[in-house]
Amino acid sequence: MSIETKVIELEEVSIRFSGDSGDGMQLTGTLFSDTTSLLGNDISTFPDYPSEIRAPQGTVAGVSGFQIQFGNKKISTPGDLAHVLVAMNPAAVKANAKFMMLGGTIFYDSDSFNQKNFEKAKFVTDDPFTELNLIDYNKVPVPITQLTREALKDLEIDNKSILRSKNMFALGLICWVFSKPLDYIENYITKKFGKKELVLESNLRVLRAGYNYAWNLQHMTPRYVVHPAPIEKGLYRNISGNQATAWGILAAAEKSGLELFIGSYPITPATEVLQALAERKDLGVKSFQAEDEIAGICTTIGAAFAGDLAVTSTSGPGFALKSEALGLGVIAELPLVVVNVQRGGPSTGLPTKTEQSDLLQTLYGRNGESPVVVIAASTPSDCFHYAYMSAKIALERMVPVVLLTDGFLGNGSEPWKVPTLADLPSITPRIAKDPATFKPYKRDPKTLAREWAFPGMDGFQHRIGGLEKDEAGNVSHDPANHQLMCEIRRDKVEAVADMLPNLELVGEDSGDLLVVGWGGTLGHLDTAVRELQKKGTKISLAHFNYIKPLPGNTKEIFSKFNKIVVCELNLGQFVGYLRDKLPEHQYHQFNKVQGLPFTIQELSDHFIKLIAQ
Amino acid sequence: MEDTLNYTLKDFKSDNEVRWCPGCGDHAVLNAVQKAMANLGIRHENFAVISGIGCSSRFPYYMSTYGFHTIHGRAAAVASGVKCANPKLTVWEITGDGDALAIGGNHFIHVIRRNIDLNIILFNNKIYGLTKGQYSPTTDRGFVTKTSPMGTIEDPFVPGQLVLGAGGTFFARCVDNNLKHSQEIFEEAAIFKGTSVVEVLQNCVIFNDGVHQTISDPKTREEHQIFLKHGEPMIFGNNRDKGIVLEKGKLKVVQLVEGGAGINDVLIHDATDQDGFLHQSLISMKLPEFPVAMGVIRAVPSKVYNEAMDEQIAEAKAKSKIKSVDQLFASGNTWTVE
Repeated sequence: MSIETKVIELEEVSIRFSGDSGDGMQLTGTLFSDTTSLLGNDISTFPDYPSEIRAPQGTVAGVSGFQIQFGNKKISTPGDLAHVLVAMNPAAVKANAKFMMLGGTIFYDSDSFNQKNFEKAKFVTDDPFTELNLIDYNKVPVPITQLTREALKDLEIDNKSILRSKNMFALGLICWVFSKPLDYIENYITKKFGKKELVLESNLRVLRAGYNYAWNLQHMTPRYVVHPAPIEKGLYRNISGNQATAWGILAAAEKSGLELFIGSYPITPATEVLQALAERKDLGVKSFQAEDEIAGICTTIGAAFAGDLAVTSTSGPGFALKSEALGLGVIAELPLVVVNVQRGGPSTGLPTKTEQSDLLQTLYGRNGESPVVVIAASTPSDCFHYAYMSAKIALERMVPVVLLTDGFLGNGSEPWKVPTLADLPSITPRIAKDPATFKPYKRDPKTLAREWAFPGMDGFQHRIGGLEKDEAGNVSHDPANHQLMCEIRRDKVEAVADMLPNLELVGEDSGDLLVVGWGGTLGHLDTAVRELQKKGTKISLAHFNYIKPLPGNTKEIFSKFNKIVVCELNLGQFVGYLRDKLPEHQYHQFNKVQGLPFTIQELSDHFIKLIAQ
Repeated sequence: MEDTLNYTLKDFKSDNEVRWCPGCGDHAVLNAVQKAMANLGIRHENFAVISGIGCSSRFPYYMSTYGFHTIHGRAAAVASGVKCANPKLTVWEITGDGDALAIGGNHFIHVIRRNIDLNIILFNNKIYGLTKGQYSPTTDRGFVTKTSPMGTIEDPFVPGQLVLGAGGTFFARCVDNNLKHSQEIFEEAAIFKGTSVVEVLQNCVIFNDGVHQTISDPKTREEHQIFLKHGEPMIFGNNRDKGIVLEKGKLKVVQLVEGGAGINDVLIHDATDQDGFLHQSLISMKLPEFPVAMGVIRAVPSKVYNEAMDEQIAEAKAKSKIKSVDQLFASGNTWTVE
C-alpha cells in the first residue's frame, strides 16, 4: 500500500490540546512545546485551565486546554485560532469550537464520544460537530482509550493508571503529525519515572503506540512541516513568565551581593514565583510562606529593614491586602519588590484567567500620597529583565517597586536566550558608609534616594516607622515638613525616569495611527501592527514597560501621530492615566475584559476601522 | 556574648522625649527593658526593636537601638522578616493587647507556632488607650467602655492560653510596677531560643486606671501573686505559708501548717514540661480563688524556625551542584543555536 501522505508546509501552526482537567493536557502541551523549541522553532504557549482542580468529569466547566504556536519566524503569541485541536472528550470540542481555524483538523477520542458524555457536555443531539456547526473541518476519530488499553493489556496495571496514560497516546500521535521525533519526550519520561518501572514502561508504550498509529493512518492525516526559525545564536531554554520573574530576582541578588528573602502567600496565578524561589535554597534563598498576604509583605519589609533584597509575590486580591503595608514601605523608604501577577477581578473574579485590571490599584490603591515605581513585563521571557530592573531600581533608589505581570505571561512560556550575570547591568545598593554623617533620611540631592543602614551595622543605629518624620527619622507633625516629605517622595519616584531607556517605536515615528499598549499584550499588538505595516498601513506601536514614571520621550512620540489608540485588557485604566499625565492628546481606546488575550484579528479590524473614520 | 561590654541603662536611652502619660506603666517597662539589654552582653548594634501601633508601640523611639515602628497588628510579621534576614540579631517585638490579639491575632499565633526566635513583650492594659478608651480583646465581660456603654458582651482572651494553644514554647508574666522582677523575666526571655512571650500587666492611668490593682498593689502582692521559678515549690503568701497542690486533676491552694501535712504535696514548678496541662492551669489561675501566676511559666526548648531555615540552606548549598545563577541558567533542558 503506497498512499502519499499529504504534507502541508506552514510558516506557523497553532495546536490546542484539550481534555478534562485530570487528563494531563498541561503536561502534554509542555512536553510538545519543549520538543518543538529544541528543534529550533520559535514558540509561544498559553495554558487555559479552570480554577477548580478537578471540576466534574466530562463537563465543559472541567475542560483544561493548552495552546502552542510555533513557527519558522518570530512567534509572539500562541495564535488566535488553532489549526489543530486534540479533544479527549465531547466537552473539549464544545469548549474549543470557537478557537478553531476554519478548515482545521480535530483529532478526537472516539471512545469518549458516547451518549453519557454528550449529556455531560450538554449536547442535545448525538452529533456534536453538526450541533456546533463544525462542518468544514477535518475530523479524525481515534479510539484513544481502546488503543491505550490494548497497548497495555499484558501489563499488570489498574484501570485508573491505564486511563491516565491516554495523554501520552495523544502526544505520540501529534508528534508524528508535526514531524517531531520522540527522543526528548522519552528522555523526560525516563528521567521522571526511572525508578517506577511499570509507570515508565506504560508511558513509553502508549507514547509509541500513538506515534505508530498516526504513521499507519497516514492516508487520512495531513502531515505538517514547519521549518526551524532563524534565531540569534546562543544558549536557549524554555521559560515561563513566573519562572523568569523568580530568576530575574535571583540574578539581582547575586549581582548586588545581597541575600534574597521572599515572603509570600500562595495565590493563583502567582504561586510559581514563590515555588521557583523556594527551590533555590542552594543559592541561599530564604523563602517564607506566610500565614496571609499581609504577613507576606510585612516579613518582606522586615527583611528589607534588615538588609536583604526583599521580595513578595501575589495577584490582585492579595495585592489589595498588601496595600497598607506597601504604604509603610513608601514612607519608610525601604527597597522592596512586589510582584503582582494580574488575574481577572474584582474580588476573586477569574483566578485562572488573564487581565490587566490592577493598574489603577497599583498606581493609586493606598491611603495618603503614596507613590511607587510601576513596571510591567510584556513577554514570558522578558519578565526576567523587568524583575531584574525592579530590584535594581528598588535598591539604588530606596523605593518600593511594583512589577506587574499577568496570568498570560506568568503561565505562558517561550524560548529564552540565557544571559550571563556579567552581561547584566550593575546594581549598587545604597549601603551607608560613614556613621559620622549618616542620617536615616538624608538624601542624594539628584535622585533624592536615602542611604540604607541596617541592624548589625555599628554606629548607624536609628529608628524609622510609619509616622511622618524629619530628616533624622524623628516623628514630625510639622505641617510644612509633611508637605515637603510628600513632595520629596513623589519627586524621588519621578527621578527614576533618568534611569529608564527611551520608549522605542515599532514602525515609523509618525503616521495615521499610533497603537499604545503596556505589559502582557505586546505579542498580539506587535503582530497586528506589523501585519498592517506590511500591507502599507501607516501604523506604529508604542508599548510601555515603564508606567510610573513614564519614559522621558513619551510626549514627543505621541505628538507625531494623527490618532492614538490605547489597547488594554481592562475598561480603560492606562488610557485614564495618560489622559491625566499627558492631557494635550486625544486618546481612543480599545478594551477587552473576557479573561482572554486579544486576538490579532479583532485588533487589526479595529485599527483599520479607526484609521478610516 | 562578650563579657567586655559594659553597658548601662543609659546606653539604651534615646534623645527623644518620652511622651507617655505621667504615671503610665510603660515608663517602668521601658526602664526594665533597657536594664535587661545592658545586662545581656550583646552588642548594641545587634538589637532591633520592632513595634506595631498603640501607646506601647512608640517604644522604639525611646530606645537608642535600631528600631522600627510599623503598622497596626503587623509587628510580629515584620519582626519575623528581620530575624530570618539576619538571625544574628536579637529582635524584640513590642505590642499591646489590641495590636497583638485583635488586629494582629493571626500573626501572633503563627509566629508562636513557627517558634521564631523573638522576644515579644505584650503590654496588657485591657483597653484601647491610643484611641481613647474602647474595649480590647482582653477586657473583662461586662466592662463599660466608650464602645460598650452597657458593658461588653464578649469573653476576653487570656493571652497565655492563646500562646499555649498555638504551641508556644515560652510564656512568662510580670507586672509593670515590679521593675526588678520584670527585668529578670526580660533577660530570661531574651536568652531563651524561640518565641518568648512576656505578658506585662500594665496600667493605663487615663482610661483603665487600676485595672490590675488587686493583683499589682505592692501591699497585697505577696498574697495575690505567686512567683514561679523552675525547680522550686509553688509557695506564696506574706508568710510564705500557702502552696499550690494538685488534687483530683485540678490545682488547689492549701494552707501550709508548721510541721504538718502539705509541704511535700506542694507542686514543684517545671517550666520545661513539654505537656502543657499544668502550665495551662497555672496560666488560668485567677483571684480570688488563686493567686495570679508570675514569672516564667513555660520554657520548653524546641526547634527554632530561623535555625531550621539556615540549616536547610546550608544543606542545600552543600548538596547542590548549582553554585551561581550562571550555572542555574545553563542547567537542565537547554539547547544551543549555532
